[in-house]
Amino acid sequence: MNLSPSESTINESAQGVPGAKIPKGPLQEKWSHYKATCRLVSFNNKKKLDIIVVGTGLAGSAAAASLAEAGYNIKSFCFQDSPRRAHSVAAQGGVNSAKNYQNDGDNVYRMFYDTLKGGDFRAREANVYRLAECSASLIDQAVAQGVPFAREYGGYLSNRSFGGVQVRRTFYARGQTGQQLLLGAYSALMRQVSAGKVELFTRHEMLELVMVDGKARGIIARNLDTGEIERHSAHAVILASGGFGKIFYLSTLAMGCNGSAIWRAHKKGALMASPSWTQIHPTSLPQQGEHQSKLTLMSESLRNDGRIWVPKQQGDHRHPNDIPEEERDYYLERRYPAFGNLAPRDISSRAAKERIDAGHGVGQMKNAVYLDFKAAIAEYGLDKIKERYGNLFRMYEKITGVDAYKEPMKISPAAHFSMGGLWVDYELSTSIPGLYALGECNFSDHGANRLGANSLLQACVDGYFIIPYTIGDYLADDIKTGTIDTDLPEFAEAEKAASDLLEKLTSIKGSKPADYFHKKLGRLIWDYCGVTRNEKGLKTAIESIRKLREEFWTDLKVPGTAGEINSELEKAGRVADYLEFGELMCYDALTRNESCGAHFREEYQTEDGEALRDDENFCFISCWDYQGEDKEPILHKEQLVFEETKLIARNYKK
Amino acid sequence: MKLKLKIWRQLNANTPGKLVDYQLEGVEEDMSFLEMLDYLNEKLILSDERPVEFDHDCREGICGTCGLFINGRAHGPLAGTSTCQLHMRSFSDGDTIYIEPFRGGAFKVTRDLKIDRSAFDRIIMAGGFISTPVGDAPEANAIPITHDEAESAFDSAACIGCGACVATCKNGSAALFTSAKITHLAKLPQGKAEAQQRALGMIAQMDAEGFGHCSNTKACQVECPQEISVTNIDRMNWEFNKAKVLK
Repeated sequence: MNLSPSESTINESAQGVPGAKIPKGPLQEKWSHYKATCRLVSFNNKKKLDIIVVGTGLAGSAAAASLAEAGYNIKSFCFQDSPRRAHSVAAQGGVNSAKNYQNDGDNVYRMFYDTLKGGDFRAREANVYRLAECSASLIDQAVAQGVPFAREYGGYLSNRSFGGVQVRRTFYARGQTGQQLLLGAYSALMRQVSAGKVELFTRHEMLELVMVDGKARGIIARNLDTGEIERHSAHAVILASGGFGKIFYLSTLAMGCNGSAIWRAHKKGALMASPSWTQIHPTSLPQQGEHQSKLTLMSESLRNDGRIWVPKQQGDHRHPNDIPEEERDYYLERRYPAFGNLAPRDISSRAAKERIDAGHGVGQMKNAVYLDFKAAIAEYGLDKIKERYGNLFRMYEKITGVDAYKEPMKISPAAHFSMGGLWVDYELSTSIPGLYALGECNFSDHGANRLGANSLLQACVDGYFIIPYTIGDYLADDIKTGTIDTDLPEFAEAEKAASDLLEKLTSIKGSKPADYFHKKLGRLIWDYCGVTRNEKGLKTAIESIRKLREEFWTDLKVPGTAGEINSELEKAGRVADYLEFGELMCYDALTRNESCGAHFREEYQTEDGEALRDDENFCFISCWDYQGEDKEPILHKEQLVFEETKLIARNYKK
Repeated sequence: MKLKLKIWRQLNANTPGKLVDYQLEGVEEDMSFLEMLDYLNEKLILSDERPVEFDHDCREGICGTCGLFINGRAHGPLAGTSTCQLHMRSFSDGDTIYIEPFRGGAFKVTRDLKIDRSAFDRIIMAGGFISTPVGDAPEANAIPITHDEAESAFDSAACIGCGACVATCKNGSAALFTSAKITHLAKLPQGKAEAQQRALGMIAQMDAEGFGHCSNTKACQVECPQEISVTNIDRMNWEFNKAKVLK
């Protein structure tokens, strides 16, 4: 068995990766130049054009609402029973914007640079700059929608700091920023539903992408309440289906989060970019038992005031309050004095794993570190800390039964965010014409590590401010096309493929439920393609995943039929995709012989355990091309070009 | 722990349901209530029985998907806690636990413990928004909002739309849900322009959906996982009356 997939080093549209379509000109002028010169669809013609949006999180709701308002006909899909429940709702800490309200030296360029550097120089300069450039508008937009961001007593907006930066540019609404931003986007969406410009399909799951003449022209979806399979056509399809971190089973994601929409699009030819780049969040609650189904996140904002430590002595069994100051190792402050407890997420997670593996872990399963507020309470007073983080402390107490005002929290790293995803160009178009990917399901802006409070930002910016311009440039060719007919043979074919898969899943009648396979897969990915990776482990994982997949297709048990409400069938479909996705993640990690951001290959590190990047050989995005079941995928490379910035090693020590 | 569960089983909206008894052994204190149901379902699947369908997603108390009537109380025994954040340490070995879906005027059971709450979306459609166009918003700091105003609006905006208020109300009223959105937006300067129109539209839709009237028993406030206050209902009535008078 040959485990290193075939490579091509070609970056031209004819032979692999299509061009990234980055506009010419200085970095600061690229986006305004694009907006000034892209083709438009006139208002009267927009009503002749249909767009499907899959997902109603921040990216999906924002896109659907904005495009509907512009005049397009939108069909919006989500698997949840209401668009407001999409997982953006769970983001806690905040959203970044280069407003410089704090007058602490922030500006668009600095935010761009922080994000690019935080991502370990594995993202496109032009995309990242645009993200920072649009960040100010997002705050204006959200405030206009009624998002109740935190305010100072004088009435002006308040900010706090997040990991990996030295300014205060994070806007927040207590620890429920994602909820409030999503409710804003949801209200904009419902306003358009009410106006008849958006047709809403809740409790619907996309099963197949339909392509006609090489273009994305529709989807096949299953009505989860009736089991009916439906055909939906459009002139363009937008995927905003979120991240796939639930592949780890134990993660901070919602139970229903899945990678199926993007995986099925990938199988139809959309390139998948750097799928192994998963952010492991340093401040989740640790696993407590065998039956645990998810790991709850404690917002990174806690690191503004909390200090992270472990006992200096291995296997110290004392209560944390009984361990004197001099016997505590504040390892982040020790290793990264300049950023301390606000070191970026990848670095903080690795540092925690390093201490835990070295025998300093705390808690029942010795899998946690302490996050201590004693000093902050002494400095600011209990009331101030309660106001800042009250809901998080309450959540902590509900789940663990412990009052964290009185003793330190126990936290642990957990799978959280997918930096990788569908490859998109500057216009957010995938390699399939007419198929766009927005928000977490694309790969674009965060490089190999996302900075805190940039994910809400990216989802919103993609949906509110970018896609309304770029999709028009594509649809300008379609104003005379007319409605896409769902009786076309391509729709029938895709529908049959979707039904056949459901039939296959329900007819195995084996002995193990879908969760059994999901948990096993999750463990494999966590052990071998998680916080750290190495060649041997990744090869082991690929073999084990293949075996597990075989077992899945011979021994899966799905009760009931496809023609009814059937949660087990929904799970099985998602796990089937994860079992293929996981293998690709391992390929991706295996072929990147360097450490960058969240991708830490043990073979490539400095003497003091820091990541060793290889800009000479790996300054590219890995773009994977699906070749068929049980065939090795082909790796194409999009070389990253840095015109504005100099590649430097990330240093959070000084 | 060993538990006796009495769970509502119903095939679909059109067939009658009933409580079915299950004995469940090996439940651990650290399991969440929903993980206890996962554990039950695993056993049911392995013994060729149909697993229990229930609503759930984020399992951290914010998406509002989960909602079970546990021993006669929406979201179970703890205050300010949604079903997913309830843990089995709140129960004792040998307990009998009644588990039912959220019921109420416009909610429909779709299967077992799963319900249709789309009426809430339609109430929001009837005015639960600020009509601001995308891409052309004024500078955020151009509208100063005092700290206390923003915090107070947030208290109302924190609603997760789970429906516990409806399920626990003897009238099946959606007044707390509807009033929380009306109040959130009415408290902010951006939302004032449409405040009256919003109140009229949302209340009309709430009535049209078949939710009952509020008779001020305040049970909703007690069971709300986000502890939304009934003073929101006063504000809703104020906005409604103002709209009627000014009309």
